[in-house]
Amino acid sequence: MPIPENARKYWRENIKYLTVLLIIWFAVSFGCGILFKDFLNRYSLGGFKLGFWFAQQGSIYVFVILIFVYIRLMNKLDKKYGYNEK
Amino acid sequence: MDVQIWTWLLVGVSFALYFGIAIWARAGSTKEFYVAGGGVSPLANGMATAADWMSAASFISMAGIISFAGYDGSVYLMGWTGGYVLLALLLAPYLRKFGKFTVPDFIGDRYYSNTARTVAVICALIVSFTYVAGQMRGVGIVFSQFLQVEITTGVVIGMAVVLVFAFLGGMKGITYTQVAQYCVLIFAFMVPAIFISIQMTGNIIPQIGMGGRVEDGTYLLQKLDNLHTQLGFKEYTEGTKSTWDVFAITLALMAGTAGLPHVIVRFFTVPNVKDARKSAGWALLLIAILYTTAPAVSVFARTNLIETVSNQEYSSLPEWFKNWENMGLIAWSDKNEDGKIQYVNGEATTGKPEFTDARGANGERIISNASSETNELYVDRDIMVLANPEIAQLPAWVIALVAAGGLAAALSTAAGLLLVISTSVSHDLIKKQLKPDISDKGELLAARISIFVAVVVAGIFGIYPPGFVAAVVALAFGLAAASFFPAIVLGIFDKRMNRQGAISGMIVGIILMLFYMIRFKTGLIGVLDPLPPSEWWFGTSPEGFGTVAMTVNVVISVIVSRLTPAPPEDVQDIVENIRIPSGAGEAHDH
Repeated sequence: MPIPENARKYWRENIKYLTVLLIIWFAVSFGCGILFKDFLNRYSLGGFKLGFWFAQQGSIYVFVILIFVYIRLMNKLDKKYGYNEK
Repeated sequence: MDVQIWTWLLVGVSFALYFGIAIWARAGSTKEFYVAGGGVSPLANGMATAADWMSAASFISMAGIISFAGYDGSVYLMGWTGGYVLLALLLAPYLRKFGKFTVPDFIGDRYYSNTARTVAVICALIVSFTYVAGQMRGVGIVFSQFLQVEITTGVVIGMAVVLVFAFLGGMKGITYTQVAQYCVLIFAFMVPAIFISIQMTGNIIPQIGMGGRVEDGTYLLQKLDNLHTQLGFKEYTEGTKSTWDVFAITLALMAGTAGLPHVIVRFFTVPNVKDARKSAGWALLLIAILYTTAPAVSVFARTNLIETVSNQEYSSLPEWFKNWENMGLIAWSDKNEDGKIQYVNGEATTGKPEFTDARGANGERIISNASSETNELYVDRDIMVLANPEIAQLPAWVIALVAAGGLAAALSTAAGLLLVISTSVSHDLIKKQLKPDISDKGELLAARISIFVAVVVAGIFGIYPPGFVAAVVALAFGLAAASFFPAIVLGIFDKRMNRQGAISGMIVGIILMLFYMIRFKTGLIGVLDPLPPSEWWFGTSPEGFGTVAMTVNVVISVIVSRLTPAPPEDVQDIVENIRIPSGAGEAHDH
């Protein structure tokens, strides 16, 4: 079965979204919370050292936001390519 | 009213609620039994997923572990929430579109092979059983501590309760009781946290209170870091693990979370792909409420503990200290004979404390295995959440609430896992391999029988916990990361991935992980038992090794698949089909 052009384009845009979202996912947790923690700890956010805050609070907030952004983007994408359902 | 009466009351009312729901939501067909009929709303599914996910370990142990590990505890916080991002973006929508009942279903069909299906079933059983044994034990401990019964009796009561709602309702019953259990457990976790946050920092939101100031105007975390430094501990916000190990453990926990069969199966219960995405979002939001509060609880509890006991006379300590000492979860040995508690860095005892019947000069319980280090105090990590309301002198009903919450957390997770086990047996083994012509009624009966057997086996593990279980539960994530996760993700995103690649990757991944676990955790292989951390490969702890095994799995899968023929046309069509969200409805029946 040849793949319809529509499906191919839909998939390509989907991959693009995933790449961007996963880069952010990696940056806040593994980046800010682990690899650059010591550097960020020189700054503070209220009573938190910044790196510590990312590791125990910030990354989790960003994760939640990422999924909801993904839901929105995909709902729009589904509509654009006619794949949406009620 | 005292704590005991409140406990019976709150536990009794919540249990009556669960039973009522279980009877109301009885399952009539295999579809209702396996995937709740496929008509669960995204919010309800999100709540059920959250309850399913947050086990006795999340509720009782996690805040305690973080409270002793400080920054190092971040691996659990990030690992167990970040996994949901992978789940939502890489797995849930596609598996929902695929629309069968189980993970082995997907592996078997996508890799057109019953061998692959069997490998997946075995992996699912190993992962689920190690996990469920820990839950039954948790149920036993909570029952025994709050209702003053033997742990064995506690486990048996727990078994009976799980059996009733899993047996009657299957996935449908479990889903709706889990919704109720989520409400109970989150309420029970938040109430004491809010109380203590107000008490210590004047802030009603624990997440903000954690970064707030205490009475004398210093920041709470600064104060805790100072206390730690004074007592010879590493600063709370710094941690002791190497950066690579923290990285590896976090990644293994994330991938493992996304690959756990009892979590994935929840996304088969919603009506369509759009709802699968939405319920992943709800699930993480609802989980995040507990996971961002837990580190705050850890900081409050740690500070409270140090301030209450450090350099205090034993005789002047509050009641809770002696209660937990009587249960054997706190131990103190007056090494310098000054009658005061010296709590500093170091192990107070060699291994778990061993109590003798004798009492010391101050009335403390004498332990026979005190170490030669200066530290005099042993505190079991698991009591931090349970004792926290008492330490902070909260009202009796709040203390009782924690018992009801702990039970809700343990029971909901146990029920979800038992369902995965029974489905693996009745659906993946009996229906798909041994007896394909079995009727719907027969399969339903088989599912109920296997759930009964699974409950009994899990209960026996809970009553007689084999030594390896505790060590292995944390590693269940490593196993899931090393086996399922790459096979599923590659199955969706790499159309060229074939049977040979996936099977060899899964087998090498899980064997490598098992080998490393056994080599470094149990000492069953080799001369030295268990090998010391200095021998770890590239400084990777067994908990973090899932990351290495997963990478090896991916590399092998890709290489082998490129050297062997491409998968057949119809399988490539399956892949094309699951990448498109619409039309998931009809895929449900098969």
